[in-house]
Amino acid sequence: MATLQVELVAVERRIWSGEATMVIARTTEGELGVLPGHAPLLGELAPGGVVTIRVEGGEDLVVAAHGGFLSVTEQGVSILAETAEISTEIDVERAREALRRAESASDDDEDTLAAARRAQSRLRAAGQAA
Amino acid sequence: MAASLRQLRRRIRSTRSTKKIFSAQELIAGARIVRAQNRVEASKPYAREITKVLSALASSASLDHPLLTERDKPGRVAVLVITSDRGFAGSYNVNVLRRTEELLALLRSEGKEPVLYVVGRKGETYYRFRDRPMVDTWTGFSEQPAYSDAQAVGSTLIEAFTAGEDDDTGNADGIDGVDELHIVYTEFRSLLSQVPVAKRMAPLEVEEVEEFEHEREDAQAGNRSSDVPTSYEFEPSAEALLDALLPKYISTRIYAAMLESAASESASRRRAMKSASDNAEELAKNLSRQANAARQAGITQEISEIVGGADALVSSGSDI
Repeated sequence: MATLQVELVAVERRIWSGEATMVIARTTEGELGVLPGHAPLLGELAPGGVVTIRVEGGEDLVVAAHGGFLSVTEQGVSILAETAEISTEIDVERAREALRRAESASDDDEDTLAAARRAQSRLRAAGQAA
Repeated sequence: MAASLRQLRRRIRSTRSTKKIFSAQELIAGARIVRAQNRVEASKPYAREITKVLSALASSASLDHPLLTERDKPGRVAVLVITSDRGFAGSYNVNVLRRTEELLALLRSEGKEPVLYVVGRKGETYYRFRDRPMVDTWTGFSEQPAYSDAQAVGSTLIEAFTAGEDDDTGNADGIDGVDELHIVYTEFRSLLSQVPVAKRMAPLEVEEVEEFEHEREDAQAGNRSSDVPTSYEFEPSAEALLDALLPKYISTRIYAAMLESAASESASRRRAMKSASDNAEELAKNLSRQANAARQAGITQEISEIVGGADALVSSGSDI
């Protein structure tokens, strides 16, 4: 079966790279799945989104990706994120704490909103894998 | 004599202990270079991918985004200077600041009015001491910059740049913006060579895109089938994507510059600390030579005093 070459890169480091059978992501326009042979596509990931990478014969890789882009080419899929965390590496307690802090903060400027979304996406990613 | 011997010994002791500090700093800086280089390496995949995406967009979207278009009459231009927080780094900061002065002079000669944005405590003190206004400063992360630091700097600059768009036409928003963004940082070429460079960040020069084109040409030479330009689907539209992508691209470039500067800073510091500890060693050696000579002179003098005394007794005829 054909596979996709997937690159998951955050600004500070490459998070994951390898073969996958399918990539599921949510762009600002809506949810979308990428199978091998998909037409070239550039998309902006929805804020607080979760990306699922389906690995052949393995467990799904669920990633909390924040502020990112999805680029599908003939060569494969690249996911660019400002910050990204694989579900197994997410500290659920800390994410909850961050969410609580962001929600209880009285001022809802952009920073707190972004923090809340980041925390939510981390929780969502962790919850999905559990 | 005895007093100067004591003084010499004291100086030797203090030189030795400063030398210990220097060599500890040298070791720390050495370890930091490796770490900084790793971080530079680790940030490359993202930079490569974002450049690819941008090139793909550039070929599809109309390139009239404000970050890409030259302004007719550039007035105020922003200059971002990246210096270190701590000293002890040899000529590192001096070089960056000198390069900045050159750039400022050049910009002024072109009739533009440069305004300063400074990263790093050393640059901040430099300009404050000279009473030169700075629009904004950031300190505390020069050795280990995180992406969030670059983002903070980037968003401030982009805000200023966007605000500068209407300055020529009556300045509707009342904010004094800027028409160009420049950055001065230190490029890490090797452990021995770090060069301060000045670059323009916005309006974007599309050098990276060209680089990518070259790659594509190379690929085409080997493989004819990739001749057909890839036509992308965009979600959302190409223009909206470009809007979201360009600020990130600028932050990425600032981040890369910060990482390079951090590596350069550590390399510079290690070199400075190495020569400082060598010098301290040399000084301690010279001082201990002087101390030994002083000690020996003291002994010689004592002996000659005894012999002289004995001679005097003998010649006066008394028994010893």
